Amino acid sequence: MIPGLHHYLIVSALLFSLGLLGVVARRNLFVVYMGLELMLNAANLALVAFSRFHNNLNGQVMVFFIITVAAAEVAVGLALLVALYRKRQTAHVEDLTTLKL
Amino acid sequence: MPQFTDLLFYALAGLTLLFGFLTVLNPLSRSPVTSAMFLVLTILSMAGLFVLLHAFFLAAVQILVYAGAVMVVFLFVIMLLDLKEDERRHFNQVAVGLGGLSALAIAGTLVAAVVKSVPAVAPAGRLAEGETKALGRLLFESHILPFEILSLLLLVATVGAILITKKDLR
Repeated sequence: MIPGLHHYLIVSALLFSLGLLGVVARRNLFVVYMGLELMLNAANLALVAFSRFHNNLNGQVMVFFIITVAAAEVAVGLALLVALYRKRQTAHVEDLTTLKL
Repeated sequence: MPQFTDLLFYALAGLTLLFGFLTVLNPLSRSPVTSAMFLVLTILSMAGLFVLLHAFFLAAVQILVYAGAVMVVFLFVIMLLDLKEDERRHFNQVAVGLGGLSALAIAGTLVAAVVKSVPAVAPAGRLAEGETKALGRLLFESHILPFEILSLLLLVATVGAILITKKDLR
């Protein structure tokens, strides 16, 4: 079967749910963060597929912007993780219970 | 007779999903370094999918920025912090069960929506070629303001990251 738009969208949907699985199931903050990156990439794949099959390059411009914003977001997020590790000596979700009632 | 690029799509899609799964739930290793390595492989096979979609510039950007810069920062921080005790902890079974359930639910919803609403045959019209020249024109002619704002955002993020990681925050 020749791969069409829906093939790419299904791959993107499955990748997105894998990222969600990582965010919900894992307890290490770094792996949670990687799950977030996976979800972002899944959205990028859907945008590029739409862009190609609808003959409109604006989708690719959007993906370009998303990749750049994701790079900035990773820099700030990892800085926050480093600051957290300095204060609490942990990168584990279960050890962070300060806001728990 | 399927074309070579069609087979390539299935291979790359399978690899992307396999590496994505190994990123989040690797049965053999819980080390974040292993996860990061598999995330690099996921991103590389996704760059292959971008090439199949004729988004050559984005494939290059994906490899340079994601696999190159972002993942190097990830690995750098993980190794800097030296997270040893995580490998001794086991998966939280309840969390894995609930996570699997929610992932299945959202995957089912999305796939059902795609199958229902997107026509199964590719449209016969022209396909966007995504050549770099046209993309650059679009970027620097009609999207120049967001582009410049983005450079400012990167500067702010860099300064913020340095400030946050400083030892004595005052």
